[in-house]
Amino acid sequence: MKKYIDTGKKDTRSGFGVGLLEAGRADSRVVALTADLKGSLKMDAFAAEFPERFIQCGIAEANMVGAAAGLAITGKIPFIGSFAEFVTGRVYDQVRQEVSYGKANVKIASSHAGITLGEDGATHQTMEDLALMRALPEMVVINPCDFNQTKNATIAAAKYVGPVYLRFGRPSVPNFTPEDEEFVIGKAQILNEGKDVTIIACGHLVWEALQAAEALEAEGIGAEVINMATVKPLDENAILTSAAKTKAIVVAEEHNMAGGLGEAVAGLLARTVPAPVEFVNGKDLFGQSGTPSALMAAYGLDAQHIAEAAKKVIARK
Amino acid sequence: MYDNKQLQEISTQVRRDILRMVCSAKSGHPGGSMSSTDILTTLYFNEMKQDPATWTRDGKGQDMFILSAGHMTPVYYSVLARAGYFPVSELATFRTFGARLQGHPSIRKSLPGIFQASGSLGQGLSAACGLALGKKLDKDDNFVFCLCGDGESEEGQIWEAGMFAVFHKLDNLIAMTDWNGKQIDGPVELVAGEGDLSAKWEAWGWNTIVADGHDFDSIAKAFELAKAAKGSGKPTMILFKTEMGHGVDFMAGTHKWHGSVPKPEQLEDALKQLGETSLGDF
Repeated sequence: MKKYIDTGKKDTRSGFGVGLLEAGRADSRVVALTADLKGSLKMDAFAAEFPERFIQCGIAEANMVGAAAGLAITGKIPFIGSFAEFVTGRVYDQVRQEVSYGKANVKIASSHAGITLGEDGATHQTMEDLALMRALPEMVVINPCDFNQTKNATIAAAKYVGPVYLRFGRPSVPNFTPEDEEFVIGKAQILNEGKDVTIIACGHLVWEALQAAEALEAEGIGAEVINMATVKPLDENAILTSAAKTKAIVVAEEHNMAGGLGEAVAGLLARTVPAPVEFVNGKDLFGQSGTPSALMAAYGLDAQHIAEAAKKVIARK
Repeated sequence: MYDNKQLQEISTQVRRDILRMVCSAKSGHPGGSMSSTDILTTLYFNEMKQDPATWTRDGKGQDMFILSAGHMTPVYYSVLARAGYFPVSELATFRTFGARLQGHPSIRKSLPGIFQASGSLGQGLSAACGLALGKKLDKDDNFVFCLCGDGESEEGQIWEAGMFAVFHKLDNLIAMTDWNGKQIDGPVELVAGEGDLSAKWEAWGWNTIVADGHDFDSIAKAFELAKAAKGSGKPTMILFKTEMGHGVDFMAGTHKWHGSVPKPEQLEDALKQLGETSLGDF
């Protein structure tokens, strides 16, 4: 199979920070807002270079969402940054009315998403945010897989006109996608071709999917790996083309079952050409404290579980 | 500039519009609309730099307005129509299927004059802060106005915005509260014990003005003081003392007409009390 090289582990939130700075340099309409998490969101470089375009909101996320919508109405391109839970669940109604229904060109930068936030525990580990954001009409939902792709997705989000939910994380993870590859919203990437099973993944689970594909190859199983960085709108063509070939699907995500990428894919297949699907996700559970790797293993969100799901779904063909 | 007599005539017509709209739709919120009628009439006809002919949602080169208490669409739509944003005849479509005049303000129907959706309470002041900040960044020397309700001000987000506006020195922001003392479930003091809004906004660091929201001289003076505060670094909050249902005796001063619609014979009585104007009904 195609080899992917980890060029050195980096956190995806730092990819956002670099992308934000680049987007800010390219377009003076880009502004950044945070609710007392400038450092955590890696907004320091942007704030240092564009102090008048960096807006500190204090620990008041609801107001931050509304203020960003107002800025967008005047023609700015605001990125609002906080932890995933605090820019989704905490302010769902504000995002719904001010940004989504209000058609405000706001980019929601959602860091520390999923269980890999780690030690802080379940209050801070949202595994429901993709569901909340997917449910909003027209909302674009992106969950890139590594530092480079997060940087490039940030630049793409700034150029796109309309609300975007951009999800990334805290831990350092393998950085393996090309440094300056243009991110095309709504276009999935076939990372590896295979004929026996399709593994569709987003976010931190993409690297795990590649590891699983390698292990499966050693057992003579050909796994097609699709990086579904854009969770909405879904690249239906990529899924249907691959499903027609492999007739067995695994969907892997750092998110719970309800409303995640898995249900989006299953819904598409149910409406078109039904195929067996296995899910690698957080099921219907809250997280807890622990190191990111310990949690991913404990909740079954790793290469080993993806490979097991692949064998299981192949047996269901 | 319109004189007080002309403003009174417009306000009377707007109150007639409000009642006829909610009766036609058999739903809507007349109480708060009637308490804020004189404020919004003065705002759009005398105070705001606005022009329906060149209006765009980004508000470039003009003053902007956000109705944070989004349920007060009857007064908002009537004032916009009477100011020339869309045909007065369109008021007859209020709350009907397919209408641009949605129950609460929407930007999805391309109704001229609407800058932002509102209705879920407590959020408009934050959006107004963003507009004011955007104007500052653009060196656009115009004002942003925002109307909140006193019941609405029980929402915590109002106070988040209150802190933000002072911290970011938004002295181009003029917020207003329709301080009618009533909300759906009853008098504000009995529902939530909100206390003295004047002392609260003062403590929050705002340039705080209390005015009579049914006296055109008092309203004009309040706007004059608010505009004069530009350059002070402080946002302004004008607390307009008003009466819910103002202008019709059986509707005045009670919370019961917050979201209730008069019966046909009550409408007839109310319109008789208000009297006809030279502007004519829609």
